[in-house]
Amino acid sequence: MVRVEFLGPIQKAPLELEITNLSELADILQKESELSEWLENSAVAVNDMLVGTLDVVLKDGDKVSLLPPVCGG
Amino acid sequence: MLYLYDGALEVPKILEDWYVQETKSNYGAYIPFVGTVREEDGIDGLSFDIYEPILESWFKAWQEKAQLQGAIIKMAHSRGNVMLHESSYIAAVFSPKRRVALEFIDAFVEDFKASAPIWKYDLKGGERIYALTRSTPIQGSGILGEQK
Repeated sequence: MVRVEFLGPIQKAPLELEITNLSELADILQKESELSEWLENSAVAVNDMLVGTLDVVLKDGDKVSLLPPVCGG
Repeated sequence: MLYLYDGALEVPKILEDWYVQETKSNYGAYIPFVGTVREEDGIDGLSFDIYEPILESWFKAWQEKAQLQGAIIKMAHSRGNVMLHESSYIAAVFSPKRRVALEFIDAFVEDFKASAPIWKYDLKGGERIYALTRSTPIQGSGILGEQK
């Protein structure tokens, strides 16, 4: 299972999904209309490393995080 | 070093602690930046969420950049609520020469604003409202969206 976490202001509980890459995750999350804006403006990290492409293989125990726009300070 | 605190920062104490920590380190320049919550748009204060694992790796990369120039960087940030005229953020660079520190603090704070995984909320009338319009998408955002 891959755990998917929604950080900061995205008010959504974590998901546990049977997926093997980020493209599959994109397909699943795009079906949730309340997430559509967040998918367009959020960065993605796999095991706490930011990634810039969907071409990432996922394995059992991996963690995917969605990071919406930031504003520290 | 990265320091995270619950609530407002004790600015004089932190600045003094950092000064004392490096008194004998032979740095010629200590340049701090302090961010304070201003009265604006009727807010009562600000509130912050932090995702620490990625903040730590982001900060470590900046520490390594500083080290290449013989400098060090320290940063303090608040978690949770920080009210008007209190401070939520301090960054400081110590370096042998002032020019390195002045340039470094500018680059560091700009990247902090654009990349550090911290989310800001306005506290207004008892509500905690995400400051979306003042926030910046992290570089590479949007890959899970429709435009594949």
